[in-house]
Amino acid sequence: MIPEIGHFSLILALLVALVLGTFPIIGAARGNTVWMGLARPAAKAQFFLIAVAFVSLAYTFASMDYSVIYVAANSNSKLPLQYRIAAVWGGHEGSLLLWAMILSIWTVAVSLFSKHLPDAMRARILGVMGLVSVGFILFMLTVSNPFERLIPAALDGRDLNPLLQDPGMVFHPPMLYMGYVGFSVAFAFAIAALLGGELDAAWARWSRPWTTLAWLFLTVGLMGGSNWAYYELGWGGWWFWDAVENASFMPWLVGTALIHSLAVTEKRGSFKAWTVLLAICAFSLSLLGTFLVRSGVLTSVHAFATDPKRGMFILVFLVIVIGGSLGLFAWRAPTVGRGGKFSVVSRESFLLANNVLLAVAAFSVLLGTLYPLFLDALGLGKISVGPPYFDTVFAPLMAPALFLMGIGPIARWKSAALPELAMRLRWAFGVSVVTAVVLPMVLGHWTPMIGLGLFLAFWIIATSVYMVYQRLRGHEQSLLTRVKAVPRSWWGMVIAHLGIAIFTLGVTVVKGFESEIAVRMLPGDVAHLAGYDFTFEGVQDSQGPNYTASRGLLRVTKNGVERTVLAPEKRLYTVQNMPMTEAGISPHIIHDLYASLGEPLSDGAWSVRIYHKPMVEWIWAGCAMMAFGGLLALSDRRYRMKKRREKESMPNEVVA
Amino acid sequence: MVMKARHKRFMLIAIGLVLLGLAAKLILNAFQSNMVFFYTPTQVEKGEVPKNTGFRIGGLVLKDSLKREDDGLTVHFVITDTAKTVPVIYKGILPDLFKEGKGVVAQGKVGADGLFVASEVLAKHDENYMPPEAAEALKRAKEQGTNSLVMPK
Repeated sequence: MIPEIGHFSLILALLVALVLGTFPIIGAARGNTVWMGLARPAAKAQFFLIAVAFVSLAYTFASMDYSVIYVAANSNSKLPLQYRIAAVWGGHEGSLLLWAMILSIWTVAVSLFSKHLPDAMRARILGVMGLVSVGFILFMLTVSNPFERLIPAALDGRDLNPLLQDPGMVFHPPMLYMGYVGFSVAFAFAIAALLGGELDAAWARWSRPWTTLAWLFLTVGLMGGSNWAYYELGWGGWWFWDAVENASFMPWLVGTALIHSLAVTEKRGSFKAWTVLLAICAFSLSLLGTFLVRSGVLTSVHAFATDPKRGMFILVFLVIVIGGSLGLFAWRAPTVGRGGKFSVVSRESFLLANNVLLAVAAFSVLLGTLYPLFLDALGLGKISVGPPYFDTVFAPLMAPALFLMGIGPIARWKSAALPELAMRLRWAFGVSVVTAVVLPMVLGHWTPMIGLGLFLAFWIIATSVYMVYQRLRGHEQSLLTRVKAVPRSWWGMVIAHLGIAIFTLGVTVVKGFESEIAVRMLPGDVAHLAGYDFTFEGVQDSQGPNYTASRGLLRVTKNGVERTVLAPEKRLYTVQNMPMTEAGISPHIIHDLYASLGEPLSDGAWSVRIYHKPMVEWIWAGCAMMAFGGLLALSDRRYRMKKRREKESMPNEVVA
Repeated sequence: MVMKARHKRFMLIAIGLVLLGLAAKLILNAFQSNMVFFYTPTQVEKGEVPKNTGFRIGGLVLKDSLKREDDGLTVHFVITDTAKTVPVIYKGILPDLFKEGKGVVAQGKVGADGLFVASEVLAKHDENYMPPEAAEALKRAKEQGTNSLVMPK
């Protein structure tokens, strides 16, 4: 009964989405206020209906109803409750429902927080989001219905893929999707602006907080995914350039470019067409990401479903959305008009360079991800492009971007002078060069890559310190008053940039100084790595809710003093008879000690892998700082103030 | 030196194009030199594989072919596409889902003695799922109708 309620409300949601996707847009074109007025109630109704469907599916999982195919395929009665709920998005159909759910959340959020927008603009934005929603709900109802019945019912479910039975599964996909789908708001703003021909500074100002929020979620999602892979896969890696990771990294790169280009459009009125194009690309890449991950075209831990009909549907959907919006862009962009002029050396130029570098980086990831698929699809052979390609490409593309990051925020809008910039930044430059040369020597290992990474990280830190010093100079008021006088969005930028520096520091140090060994260990054996002694105390059997585990114990000492104990596990998930490695990690700000069990060998010996990962936690700390910077920028007073002011002046507001 | 606005714009565009060209060259070069091709055990047997660069092979791990050296870390096994076989040596810890009779993909180089020295071994991701490369190898062998030598049970 409950699954039918879910199915039925999904059908109703499709009808509501159709209304949302047509009447308000037509109404906006014809100036029909009644039709435009349909947008907000429709957005709310759609949210309610999809929420009912979503809760129905979650309830079906929680109540272990194995007469529903999707539940039987992705859950099991031994699975703990939190994973039974998370299993809602453990497979293809439910992930789509999560996608639609999150899209309806963003849609209703826009309808609630857009009272200051002109009616036609709001109607178009909500309408475009409704059209996207139509595509996704139609997809579910036609080829991947999560509520489809299984008759006769299965006695028990086939279980959630053991790789996904982890707290990461509860948070990572919803966060990532909040980011992915969040770019639909920027996309809808861009399409609405193209439709209405109203591309001005106000448009950029309105879509900025939405874009920042989506970017923030995507950053947190990527951080969570990377951290999850680090402890779950047992290889000690934190990024694998796996196609699925790339699928979520491309929207992040383009989204980052979009945030910066929106800033220019708002402040200076330049880059209008480019900003619109980036908004379209960011969302298109999000859709492509969904397609790559969810259609089973990839050899990847994330691709569980293989069904050509679904692939075709998404392909057609992609062609309509991307082709349609790019077509609209080609048609309407020439009418956008030019923005403010700027000289070759100016903040605009630095931001443009940053944008181009990010876009090229995103393109290089796209090439490495899609080209092997194209070759395969055309029957021209199977190739793979591994991490070496991405590593080779990324360093030279990101190095100039990071260097410019130190200069951009200091340069003046419109026109800046190079000699003056050089004068102002000479100390920062000197400090970072000296650090980059001396620090690795102290640590005992210098390579050009370590030098470059450290230089860039300290360059960003030093220029940020200089910037903050400049901003807070003066003695009339107390320091706290001066700190408060600076807008929060500026602090947000500084902290996000420092996050990049912390991230770069982590990547550089872990890549340059990490070490690992793989050894055969009998109980009592001692392995040595990075000055630590790892004593293997043998393996004990333990029992989990739906798995049996061999739990190893490694006592870590340094110069005879006990430092920590690592407890890596080898689990066997009984339902699917699938072994899993659970790493034993001792995280620390200076370095992680990391061990994972290989296979049992003869005489009670095990193969054991031990890793020393200096400063690896800084990678995620940097991401967290970036996200926090985004949060600060969002809490800037001007967004709330403007809303209030605009609301008051709504009746006689004229949109230029 | 004072430049006209038109010249400045031209300069900007020219610099931009040169840099974009450099970036494109960098990307394509990196792409070309890091492409890894895939071959089937039959192709390895026929000598159709590159001599000095690495490549991937896929197929099934032949039953009863897995042997460990005394160090516990160096393993020998045989990959088959049901028509031909390739002996493989790998030093390291095998992935969780590596099993005899199941699909596998290995990346590495083939030595003068015909032994494939693997630098990386990838296994399938769950019970029902076969790495596409491994499935492809089996399919091709079947199409050529030569699957009479070794049949995995």
